[in-house]
Amino acid sequence: MLGKGLLQGLAVTAKNLVGSYHDPARYVTQEYPEVPPKLPEAYRNFPFLVSETADDPMGTLRCVACQICEKECPPQCIYIEKSKDKKPDATGKPQIYPAVFAIDTAVCMSCQICVEVCPFDAIKMDQEFAIAATDRFGGLLLNREQLAKPNAYYHQIHPTEAAEVDARLAAERRAAEEKARLAAAAKAAPKAAAPASAAMSPTRTAPAPTAAVPPPAPPPSSP
Amino acid sequence: METPEALRDRLLARFPGASIELVPNGSPSAQVSFRIGPAALREVACFLRDDAELALDQCSNVTGLDVPDREVVETVKESQPGAPGGPPVVTERKQTRLQPGHLEVVYHLYSVARRQGPVILRARTGNRTDAVTLPSLTPVWRSCEFQEREVFDLFGVVFEGHPDLRRILMWDAFVGHPMRKDYVEPDDYEWEPTPHGDVLAKARRHYPSAAAPGAVQPSP
Amino acid sequence: MMLPDPAATGLARVRKIEGDALGLRTPAFAPTEGAGDLLEVSLGPHHPSTHGVFRMDVVLDGERIVRLKPVFGYLHRNHEKLGEATSYLGSMPYTDRLDYLNSMTNNWAYALAVEKLAGIPVTERAEYVRVVLAELSRLLNHTCLAGFLMQDCGCSGTPLMYAFREREKILDLFESLSGSRMMCNVQRFGGCRVDPSAEWLAATRRLVDGYGAFLDEFEALLSGNEIVMARTQGVGRLPAALAVNAGITGPMLRASGVGHDLRKVDGYGVYPRFNFRVPIGRDGDVYDRYMVRMLEMRESIAILDQALRDLPGGPILDPKAKQRGLRPKAGEAYGRIEGPKGEIGFFLVSDGTGNPTRYRVRAPSFVNLTVLEDLCLGHTVADAVIILGSIDIVLGEVDR
Ligand code: SF4
Ligand code: SF4
Repeated sequence: MLGKGLLQGLAVTAKNLVGSYHDPARYVTQEYPEVPPKLPEAYRNFPFLVSETADDPMGTLRCVACQICEKECPPQCIYIEKSKDKKPDATGKPQIYPAVFAIDTAVCMSCQICVEVCPFDAIKMDQEFAIAATDRFGGLLLNREQLAKPNAYYHQIHPTEAAEVDARLAAERRAAEEKARLAAAAKAAPKAAAPASAAMSPTRTAPAPTAAVPPPAPPPSSP
Repeated sequence: METPEALRDRLLARFPGASIELVPNGSPSAQVSFRIGPAALREVACFLRDDAELALDQCSNVTGLDVPDREVVETVKESQPGAPGGPPVVTERKQTRLQPGHLEVVYHLYSVARRQGPVILRARTGNRTDAVTLPSLTPVWRSCEFQEREVFDLFGVVFEGHPDLRRILMWDAFVGHPMRKDYVEPDDYEWEPTPHGDVLAKARRHYPSAAAPGAVQPSP
Repeated sequence: MMLPDPAATGLARVRKIEGDALGLRTPAFAPTEGAGDLLEVSLGPHHPSTHGVFRMDVVLDGERIVRLKPVFGYLHRNHEKLGEATSYLGSMPYTDRLDYLNSMTNNWAYALAVEKLAGIPVTERAEYVRVVLAELSRLLNHTCLAGFLMQDCGCSGTPLMYAFREREKILDLFESLSGSRMMCNVQRFGGCRVDPSAEWLAATRRLVDGYGAFLDEFEALLSGNEIVMARTQGVGRLPAALAVNAGITGPMLRASGVGHDLRKVDGYGVYPRFNFRVPIGRDGDVYDRYMVRMLEMRESIAILDQALRDLPGGPILDPKAKQRGLRPKAGEAYGRIEGPKGEIGFFLVSDGTGNPTRYRVRAPSFVNLTVLEDLCLGHTVADAVIILGSIDIVLGEVDR
């Protein structure tokens, strides 16, 4: 019958119209600025640099300026200058740090390649998306001060991932310590076997580099 | 489907005198291809399409390759008779030779009817400057129409017998062929202030005020 | 329906490329003498019906199209040149931006080409996850397409909004898995970057279970609708022989009655393990192109059903599979898959360094546009709009 299809279609639209008034599954509108959207944990937009603590972000950046991310970033929007000197990192080991670390977020395409390639878990994806700026350079070309965010913030936005990273870093530190301890023990062993006079030798060096390694970092405090 | 060697022999038997060689492929994909001399290219293509066994009725992908001129360093061994009775003296001499470049067009053929493929054809131009004409395969497979236009546009291969050979992605007044390896992009594009040195230097040349030092704010 | 005889329109043969190479005649494009009252119209580039920045140079004789030249490239960024300047891994996020509705299948096609080039095995779990993601992407694409096509037909709003409502659910899944709605960047060489959690799989299962009902509703709204039928049947017919010869792939080829689906023909990934049919059309008109996509979605649901049921455990990505600094042996490979729009292929040539010397994208939308003029000749401008809509192009991929 001509018109049957039309009527059937009208029935569908009528059903949807009515449904949209009392079926909560069909309420789609979110009052955005008042009600912030619930972002999935995996959500990513631009990278940030992880620092261990909030009060000294520049001193505790995990980044060691290895420049892998700079090389791998497909649109080449990361710019790093290595420091001339070394500063102790979280484990106390002296490390190079980035004297300049800039990301041009106008060019960044949020691909997360930098996060994937970073061997030090130093760069992670942020979830801050309300980033409109009127100044192309001041607002979107972010330097390391603007990029640095504490580990606690990382825990807040990517809890599962951050917990994994912390567990892994802690395990790595423990393994490093263990290795250093073993190495020290191995070094000490032949010396112990040597005549006592050797032990008294003035050239003997301080026993263990492990002494410089503090215990594993305490679990990050939640904000 | 027959082996590439068998197909080559069949083609050579069918087109005596045509230049048909098998191009090996070092990758695990093992997709070997046939390099066909331009003179016979269209006949070979028609044969491949109409042959009942192959029935390569679809040309899926057409693309260009640019192989620029390059200098090859070769070691030449020369032997001169040495001291009487002794072994000849062999001297090695390095010499550089200019290997002329060429453009190449690659066609990936498949058979929809017989569900087989790919058979890959390649054709080379004489050089990269004035002998860049190849026969068009658009009359054999319509799918080449836009794709050959693209190769013309981006690589500069001229297809003889193409019904409508115009630029397709770049605008008509554009000069140059961007996919060639030696293409140098004009440096007056909108300035992207990535702090990388060459971009910044370029920007300084064109927008002295915008690219004032300090556009990158180094941390104190 | 019969196209008007080109001679009667006062034009010389507009486009006639005979398959026979050796008796080639160069088609004439210029109108012949006496064709005085032809009107040349530029449709686009900024027109909602062109699905992006796309222009059609149309010559009209009265209401009938006697010549149509697609003009594009407005979005051209030389994707292929970028690919040659970027490492193998670095090109992966760029492929998201080709057909930006289907980053999942673009990623897969590129990963497949690199895997072929370098001989990288893919983990079992990843193969299934790839199928799940690709079929979700197909659902998303076809649903959107049906909505757009109806919009082009003039049923403004309703079908498009219904389609977008469903699309949103799939995008939510993509976002919670990959972190981004459209630029998913999920595939890696030898597997996937992310491993779907049990919750994600359960949510997908819920979506798949509910999708059939949505399709029923959508089809009740459209498929039997007399106006839709009158508007789309017999319009833009594509004969099977021309479709094959012109390299048309995907639903558009199948609508012309050619049962060619790379999931069956190449049997890449784990598709041979699934039980599904390949819907084909009869007339190759706009309605068939719509209908084939509808039927394909039903098959996608069947595939998803089986893939989610059989999804094996195990690693999603071999940690030893090299991503960064991949340097395949010198050689070349062409890898292709059945994307929602047709055959999406990547042709890669390696010279043994970290960047490909040639990185070529065989974009289905681009090749499918080849026959646009043939389909539109003799039709009206309003028909050209729905014919273009039924081809299903995305300019990110056409212009690259
Ligand atoms: S997210 Fe991608 S584009 Fe952005 S800085 Fe990282 S690697 Fe570069
Ligand atoms: S962020 Fe990571 S990869 Fe980048 S320089 Fe710092 S440590 Fe290296």
